Amino acid sequence: MKHLLSTKGLGRAEAIGLLDIAEDMADVANREVKKLPTLRGKTVVNLFFEDSTRTRISFEAAAKRLSADVINFSAKGSSVSKGESLKDTAQTLAAMGADGVVIRHPASGAPEVLAASGWIDAGIINAGDGTHEHPTQALLDAFTIRRRLHGTASRGTGLDGVRVTIVGDVLHSRVARSNLWLLTTLGAEVTFVAPPTLLPMDMSGWPAAVGFDLDAAIAAKPDVIMMLRIQAERMNAAFFPNSREYSRRWGLDDVRFARLAPASIVMHPGPMNRGLEISSEAADSAASTVLEQVANGVSVRMAALYLLMSGDREDS
Amino acid sequence: MARTVLNQADIARALTRISHEILESNRGPDKLVILGIPTRGVVLAQRIADTIARIEPAATDVRVGSLDVTMYRDDLARTRTRTPSRTLVPGSIDGATVVLVDDVLYSGRTIRAALDALGDHGRPTIVRLAVLVDRGHRELPIRADFVGKNLPSSTDERINLHLLEVDGDEFVSIDGGGGIDHDGEDAR
Repeated sequence: MKHLLSTKGLGRAEAIGLLDIAEDMADVANREVKKLPTLRGKTVVNLFFEDSTRTRISFEAAAKRLSADVINFSAKGSSVSKGESLKDTAQTLAAMGADGVVIRHPASGAPEVLAASGWIDAGIINAGDGTHEHPTQALLDAFTIRRRLHGTASRGTGLDGVRVTIVGDVLHSRVARSNLWLLTTLGAEVTFVAPPTLLPMDMSGWPAAVGFDLDAAIAAKPDVIMMLRIQAERMNAAFFPNSREYSRRWGLDDVRFARLAPASIVMHPGPMNRGLEISSEAADSAASTVLEQVANGVSVRMAALYLLMSGDREDS
Repeated sequence: MARTVLNQADIARALTRISHEILESNRGPDKLVILGIPTRGVVLAQRIADTIARIEPAATDVRVGSLDVTMYRDDLARTRTRTPSRTLVPGSIDGATVVLVDDVLYSGRTIRAALDALGDHGRPTIVRLAVLVDRGHRELPIRADFVGKNLPSSTDERINLHLLEVDGDEFVSIDGGGGIDHDGEDAR
């Protein structure tokens, strides 16, 4: 694997292979020494043009567990705020000898530009670009679902026949897009539920069912319900009248949570708006995987860094 | 033109002898942990553990597992990306006698990686090495304690080692040219 830019182009065998390596990486956390020497002497740059805490920390932890050196770069307080272009930033990082670049950017497609440009010869991981994709989030979600369903026997398995309902701001959500492609590739059936204003204009090319009524979606007893965050920073138009109305119609409140099948899984990519898209009872319940998702995120990112940064780059 | 060096019965006899030698050097089955190096070492480790359980009635808790060394190799940046196998270390290895089991001992680099990996799991009192075939050409100061068969070979010969559980048939053979051991699965 040379870059990890999206889940759309990821094949089933490749995806399952990555999740299996993530299982091995998860085992490392249970050992006496929770570190591998695999990427010793390599440098990972976290290039964040957009605010993020958990994704950046997760990548940092993953790189450090593989013994790589980590350089954190955030646009605030850097030369980007002085007007430096992506090209100059990339070339600066290349001159410093970066072997892997984890990039988050507000513009959809920025990681592709970086990967195709030739400005830098490093493995590029997309850590979220605009409203396009966030592949490692989808991979950790798939990993979490797989572990909940199959436990220790999850190696080598896909998510065939698993019914996943994704609820909320699909329009702005790169998590929803990455999950749609990956979960479908792994054999799951994806349903989106959202207010019509928070769905893209044309979804004809998407292999997903679409609904507007959360109660109907819950009555269908999905195996997994994934609540998306209402992204206040992207709410630049009147997508819904007010947050109370959104919560009443599309929030996973205590009543709706009680109607879910006992074995269903409640997911949220974080950070949560408690009381808006998800109630505290649902978020803190045994059905919720919110904290598992964070822990699994490190394992999945270790697997991605391993696949991108070990091996001869000319060969891959 | 492959020449068979060991057949299935020879392999079984060699493993039985190694099992006896392990028990002898450890003065019994106490604190033994047998760790195979994937893929074929894991199969051999399981067979050795089964044999020990059979010949030593007191051996009720010989622990057996697998130790993947992919992440500890010194050639990760030089070859294509390897797919790691599973590591399963049964319980704590602190104070234990660990016997590492591999199929073919060649350069010794796999064993070096295994020793590093082992150190991250705990601190065994003793670490020993059992291999089914030792073909020489060491690149590191490493030697095996228990050897099934010494096969002095030239570097451009190729050792094929097949085991029932992995390959469907079982033998050790040698043929000229190629320079990669057992099916080129792992250029060690």
